[in-house]
Amino acid sequence: MIAVRTPEAIAADFPILHKPTSRGKRLVYLDSAATSQKPQAVIDALVTYYTEYNANIHRGVYEIAARATEAFEDARAKIARFINADTREVIWTRNATEAINLVGYSWGLRNVKPGDAILTTQLEHHSNLVPWQLLAEKTGATLRFIPADDRGVLQLEKLDALLDGAKLLAISHVSNTLGTIAPLERIVPIARRAGATILVDGAQGIPHLPVDVRALDVDFYAFSGHKMLGPTGIGVLYGKRALLEAMPPFLAGGDMIRKVEYEHTTFNDLPWKFEAGTSNIADAIGLGVAADYLHDLGMEWVRAHEQELLAYALARLAPLESRGLAIYGPRDAALASGVLSFNFADVHAHDLASILDTEGICVRAGHHCTMPLMEKMGWPATARASFYIYNSRADIDALAEGIEKAARVFKV
Amino acid sequence: MDDFYRDFILDHYRNPRNFGHLEHPSASAEDLNPLCGDTIRMELEIHDGVVRDVRFSGRGCAISQASASILTEELKGMRLEDVAKLSKDIVLENVGIGISPTRMKCATLGLRVAKSAAIGEIAGWPDEE
Repeated sequence: MIAVRTPEAIAADFPILHKPTSRGKRLVYLDSAATSQKPQAVIDALVTYYTEYNANIHRGVYEIAARATEAFEDARAKIARFINADTREVIWTRNATEAINLVGYSWGLRNVKPGDAILTTQLEHHSNLVPWQLLAEKTGATLRFIPADDRGVLQLEKLDALLDGAKLLAISHVSNTLGTIAPLERIVPIARRAGATILVDGAQGIPHLPVDVRALDVDFYAFSGHKMLGPTGIGVLYGKRALLEAMPPFLAGGDMIRKVEYEHTTFNDLPWKFEAGTSNIADAIGLGVAADYLHDLGMEWVRAHEQELLAYALARLAPLESRGLAIYGPRDAALASGVLSFNFADVHAHDLASILDTEGICVRAGHHCTMPLMEKMGWPATARASFYIYNSRADIDALAEGIEKAARVFKV
Repeated sequence: MDDFYRDFILDHYRNPRNFGHLEHPSASAEDLNPLCGDTIRMELEIHDGVVRDVRFSGRGCAISQASASILTEELKGMRLEDVAKLSKDIVLENVGIGISPTRMKCATLGLRVAKSAAIGEIAGWPDEE
């Protein structure tokens, strides 16, 4: 681990952070849970592919086609190393949502039967809820939910009973709305004993925490590239090899075949069996570079940095609580990733976000694609600040000052 | 955007006019702002083709709530066909200063719902017309 870089030095790698807003403000980017910014190295990788060796993969015999194929498969190897998987277990998808849907259609329709249960949690993003609603509808299975308390901490007392008869446990590694980290090291062994297949929605996990899929012992781990410094439009499904081998293809077409006759097709080996059509070559290569960037930084450092920032933010904003600031989620930075969900007095989250925007501060406002959780908690909307490797205490100070401005504008 | 939140806007946000429900509405409509999920409901009491009374309800940001509140004051006494013809101009005249393009749907949600109630079907987004 090379934990010698400061957030300021890291921010220097991200060109967008040095472009002032139209009002001449410094860009204070606090929306990395929506999408992360991209370092120059990732941007360069895309430009280099398109300017130097743009060609289709797995086909061409000429030099640039060979170079493209090598870079594409090398990116897969980088991801495999990053999560401690075998390269055959790394399937390219568009994003985490597509990866989850792949499992729903390919594994789910074959393995989930009427009367089975699908267990998920009350914290899920729509991406790890709606696919299972559809699967339950198609198969006659029922959905169950691990409850969360008022702070968004999962309540595991009844986990055994909830897992009884559950064919699948689908759980997010980190809540996108509250930042709560699911204690997978406690949950996975219990789910294993109950015989459930385990899928983790890692969209908010892998950018922020060290992830070793073998140590976690999960069956599937789905994630998006764009939240971990990579380009949009590329994501990954990790699956245990034996499970992937047994699963039918999801989408059909070119590249996923070995031999095609008019009436019959033999499918390709892993991982290409699940990669129909021309892949997103450039963005896969870009994601490989992003994974290397994070690896060089050290994911232990990333986690420690975000925990330190969240603890600082909780302390920095605490004085505003007597003036109507409500902070949601765990109050202990050890339990959460770098996410801070909040509301301020009677200022609606969208108005708050608009006022912060005038100061160059980017936060998300709304339901964060977790409408059932918002309904359960009784929050019409929240504002959410989320931190990443390039954020520093100065960004949190800017946020606190921005909330002070909202207080002045709204005469709170 | 911060110059949007003038005193009269904050007043309509915190003390919305014609807020609540009619006992016997002749027409009503409800809709969702796709940006934030906030809802607005409009209820109209209509006699001889004229809006005699109106109530709105819902929950949302200062832009959507104040804009709807101000609109209700103008709807009373209007002919239905004139309500149906209202454009986003009325919203811009009422509250327009300082609204960023990303928040135009918030500002026009109330108008869209009022027009939907008046014509009896879902009206288009005034800001897209």
